Amino acid sequence: MKITDILTELDLKIISGHKGLSNEITGGYVSDLLSDVIGNAKEGQVWITLQTHQNIIAVGSLKDISAIIIVKGFVPETATIEKSNIENIPLLSTELDTFNITGRLFELLQKE
Amino acid sequence: MNFFRADLHIHTVLSPCGDLEMSPVNIVSEATMKGLDIIGITDHNTTRHCELINKLAAEKGIFVMQGAEVTTKEEVHCLAFFENTDALKKFQEFLDHNLPEIMNDPAKFGYQVQVDENDNVVYEEKKLLINAISKSFEETEAFTHSMNGIFIPAHINRKKNSIYSQLGLLPGNLNADALEVSKATTPEQFASIHPEINGFPLIRNSDAHWPGDIGTAFTVFFLKKPSFAEIRLALKGDNGRKIIVE
Repeated sequence: MKITDILTELDLKIISGHKGLSNEITGGYVSDLLSDVIGNAKEGQVWITLQTHQNIIAVGSLKDISAIIIVKGFVPETATIEKSNIENIPLLSTELDTFNITGRLFELLQKE
Repeated sequence: MNFFRADLHIHTVLSPCGDLEMSPVNIVSEATMKGLDIIGITDHNTTRHCELINKLAAEKGIFVMQGAEVTTKEEVHCLAFFENTDALKKFQEFLDHNLPEIMNDPAKFGYQVQVDENDNVVYEEKKLLINAISKSFEETEAFTHSMNGIFIPAHINRKKNSIYSQLGLLPGNLNADALEVSKATTPEQFASIHPEINGFPLIRNSDAHWPGDIGTAFTVFFLKKPSFAEIRLALKGDNGRKIIVE
């Protein structure tokens, strides 16, 4: 499954990083501590977080994350958006909270 | 020039986690006993005890760095210090404005009281001070510097509420006057695992929450005399001023 395949299903808005939309999804990871993501996220996972700081792109790039979903409609900083476009890591937005968007993504990935 | 012992990270009874014994009078007397020349007053998201401690400390010949330990939106703890009452007041307004309207439950989190020099309670902070403010790490840094303040990310070696735990790595554009490590490590030790912090001055403080803790870690400042401007020079290593962590 690619990022493009989950956009409509999960009602995700694309904020930036369009060039990464064809990234393959291997699974998901949920954490708001970037140190934990550095330690535990795996390549190709979709990362769900409430953090909007520019370091999410640095960490996402380091871990070869397929996309980052920002929850609750939080708006990322300009620097974060710029870095997402440079690193080609899609920043996606949902109005849902972490619990609900994670449940939906999990369900979708289980269907595969 | 001379050497001055500074513990720049001390909580008072106003912090919910600060021991009830951490009254301004007790803090100053403990600091005197420990031979500190400079103390930093850094309650969680409030500066309200600085003025009194500044006054009491001056009587004992101790210089006070007045500020707060801010919890940014990302839950990174940062020390912010200000040179004068006006800047400190503006920073207090910034904190009051950006701290969420969530009330403290003293039974769960501890008392948040301001006391006078006779240990009488003169004010109780109703909002929970350990919450995160709504401003980001960079916004807090920018506001601190716009008030000509000193901005120091706190206890960066800790596994919680540190720049590394919350943000994973040092932001590329980090504009900090120094970085702080806790008692659990030394600047040399920490810099050996994190070479990227080279170039930033490193200080070490106690993060005292009860009187016995005060001065258990400190940084030595080599200055003409203790003052805000001299401390800033020492952090920059300018004009022969410097810092030494023992």
